[in-house]
Amino acid sequence: MALTRRSSNLLKSLTTINPTTRLFSTSSDSSITIETSVPFTGHKIDPPSRSVTTSSSELMTFFTDMSQMRRMEIAADSLYKAKLIRGFCHLYDGQEAVAVGMEAAITRKDNIITAYRDHCLYLGRGGTLLETFAELMGRKDGCSKGKGGSMHFYKKENGFYGGHGIVGAQVPLGCGLAFAQKYSKEDNVSFALYGDGAANQGQLFEALNMAALWDLPAILVCENNHYGMGTAEWRAAKSPAYYKRGDYVPGLKVDGMDALAVKQACKFAKEHALKNGPIILEMDTYRYHGHSMSDPGSTYRTRDEITGVRQERDPIERIRKLLLSHDIATEKELKDIEKEIRKEVDQAIAAAKESPMPDPSELFTNVYVKGYGVEAFGADRKEVRTVLP
Amino acid sequence: MERDPRVCVIGEDVGHYGGSYKVTKDLAGKYGDLRVLDTPIAENSFTGMAIGAAMTGLRPIVEGMNMGFLLLAFNQISNNCGMLHYTSGGQFKIPVVIRGPGGVGRQLGAEHSQRLESYFQSIPGIQMVACSTPYNAKGLMKAAIRSDNPVILFEHVLLYNLKERIPDEEYVLNLEEAEMVRPGEHVTILTYSRMRYHVMQAAKTLVNKGYDPEVIDIRSLKPFDLYTIGNSVKKTHRVLIVEECMRTGGIGASLTAAITENFHDYLDAQIVCLSSQDVPTPYAGTLEEWTVVQPTQIVTAVQQLCR
Repeated sequence: MALTRRSSNLLKSLTTINPTTRLFSTSSDSSITIETSVPFTGHKIDPPSRSVTTSSSELMTFFTDMSQMRRMEIAADSLYKAKLIRGFCHLYDGQEAVAVGMEAAITRKDNIITAYRDHCLYLGRGGTLLETFAELMGRKDGCSKGKGGSMHFYKKENGFYGGHGIVGAQVPLGCGLAFAQKYSKEDNVSFALYGDGAANQGQLFEALNMAALWDLPAILVCENNHYGMGTAEWRAAKSPAYYKRGDYVPGLKVDGMDALAVKQACKFAKEHALKNGPIILEMDTYRYHGHSMSDPGSTYRTRDEITGVRQERDPIERIRKLLLSHDIATEKELKDIEKEIRKEVDQAIAAAKESPMPDPSELFTNVYVKGYGVEAFGADRKEVRTVLP
Repeated sequence: MERDPRVCVIGEDVGHYGGSYKVTKDLAGKYGDLRVLDTPIAENSFTGMAIGAAMTGLRPIVEGMNMGFLLLAFNQISNNCGMLHYTSGGQFKIPVVIRGPGGVGRQLGAEHSQRLESYFQSIPGIQMVACSTPYNAKGLMKAAIRSDNPVILFEHVLLYNLKERIPDEEYVLNLEEAEMVRPGEHVTILTYSRMRYHVMQAAKTLVNKGYDPEVIDIRSLKPFDLYTIGNSVKKTHRVLIVEECMRTGGIGASLTAAITENFHDYLDAQIVCLSSQDVPTPYAGTLEEWTVVQPTQIVTAVQQLCR
C-alpha cells in the first residue's frame, strides 16, 4: 500500500544503547559518555563525534522536562476536546527531544524562533505551565495576554521569538535576529526552526542566501516529522534530504528523537555558526498527533506506523532506559516524577481556568506602541471615539 | 543614522550604488556595508529580516526600490510587521520604516506605477505617511525613524528632484498631523503627495476665477488627522478630495467615509473624490495623463461643488 511504502524508513534509527564508559562514582552528578543512536550525516562538513558527554543530572533534567512537555501536550489535547481551547492547536508530542536537546546546548542569550508548533519550545525557554495554559485558553494571564493564542507564544527576555502562523515566514525573521546579533557584535546565535513542509518555501532559500552572503550566525533547523499536514515528504519534495538543500551551506542530519544527539548537533552548529556562518540541521523526528487538533492524523499514515515509532524511538523512553541502565534512578523514582508532573500540570490548568478573560479595553491595547497615542475623534475634540494606547 | 547606532538601511542597491533614486547616496561610504546593507533581490526575505532585527531592538529602514516590489513582502508587512506587537501582548516593538518611491511616473508602465497606499491601509498596527516636499520629507522621515511603531513612508517617483530651502537646525514633524498649505474659505481640498502640486496649480486658476480654496496636504494616511480636516470642514462646508490612488478602496474612499461619519452635519454638499482611474497605468503618454487627475479636472470639480 502506498501509504506504508516509506514508513519503514522511520523505524531505521533504532534504539541502541551502548554506553562506552561508565564512571562509578558516589557523587550525584557523574559524567557519562553515551553514543548516539545513529552517527551524524554531514553535507559539506565533517560531522561531530557520536560520543556525547553528559551527566546524570542532565539526563534527569531531560527526563523531567520532556515528561512535562509530553504531559502538557496531552492535557492540551483534552482541553481542546472539552472546547476550552479553540481554533488551531498544533501539538508537539513526539518531538520533545529537539526542544530539550537544543536548550541543553545553548544559553538564553541565543535566540530561538519557530513556527506554530511552539508550546514545548516556549516551555523549554523558561515559560511556565500557567502562562501556556492561560494563553491557550485565551485568558489574561497568558504569555501574550490572551491575544495571541496557540500560535503566538513569545518570551522576549529569554530569547524566544515565537510563535508564527504563516508557514516559512519565521525563517527570514530568524535571519534578521542573526543579523542583529552580528550587527551588535554579540557572540550568540539564532536558531530558526521550520518543518519539512516549510522547507519548500522560497523565502527560506532567499534568507539562506543572505545569511551565507553576510556570514550571519544563523542556524536553520528543519524539524522533519515527515508530514506537511497531510502530505508525506516524498509527495511534496523532490529531494527530501533537507540538510543537503542548502547546497553551498553545510548541513547535518540528526536523529531528532535522541535528545543527546540533538544536544551534540546544536553545540556543534553554534560553534560553526559563530565562526563560519549559517548551517542547516535536519532533525529526523516524528509527531504522534495529527498536524493539529482538527486532523485525526490517521488518514495519511497507518496507526501501526505511529505505534511502531512510539515503541522503537520514543524520546522519553530512550532517556528512561538510559537512566535505569546507568542506575541514576529507579523505576519507582521515575514513576514518582511523572506523578508529580501530572499533578503540576493539573494545578496549572486549574489556575489557568481561574484566570479571567482579558478586559474589553485590551482589544485596543498594543496595536501601537504606547506614547504614540492615536486618537480618532470628531472635529471639536469633544467626543473621543477611541484612543489606541 | 549618526544619532543612533541602531539605525540601519536595508534594501536593493542602497549601498554602493547609492540608491536607485540616490536617496542613500554616500551613506555606505560613511557608515559601512553592514549599516547600509545591499541585499539580493528578495523583498519578502529582506523585509522579514528587517522585522526580525527590529524585534531585537535595531531600527532598520527598508527600501523598496519601487513601492510596487513591496507587494512581494506583503505577508511580512501585514502579519509580522503590523501584528507582532499585538499578538505578543506588547513584548515586541517593531520600529521599522518601510519606504520607497511609488506613484505614477513618466511612462514607466503599469507594474512600476503602483500606488500601494490603498492596499496597505487596512493592516492594523502600522502607520502610513506620504511626503510631498523636501521639508516634510526630512521631517517625516526623522519622525518615522524615531517612532516605535512600524511606519510606511510613501514617496513619489516624480518628486525626487524638487529643491527647497529647508532649515539648518534639526526639526521633526508630527507623523499624525496634516499640513495647511493654503488657507481659504470656500472649499476644502484634501490631497497628498504629488497631487498637491496639481491642486496648487489648479488653485492658481481658481483664485483668478474668484474662488478661495483651502488646501490641506493630509500627509498622514493612517490615521487621518481628523482634527485639522474637521476644523476645515466646519469652516468651508465643502470637501473635494484629490488623490492619485485608485477609486476603488483607495485613501479617498476611506477619507470620504470618515468625514461623512464624523462631520455630516457640517457638509453643505456631497463630498467629491477625484482619484485615478481603476485601470493599470498605460504606457502611452496621453493615456497615462488621463489616468491621473489633472488640474483642469480639479478646477471643474470645484466650480461644480461651489455652485
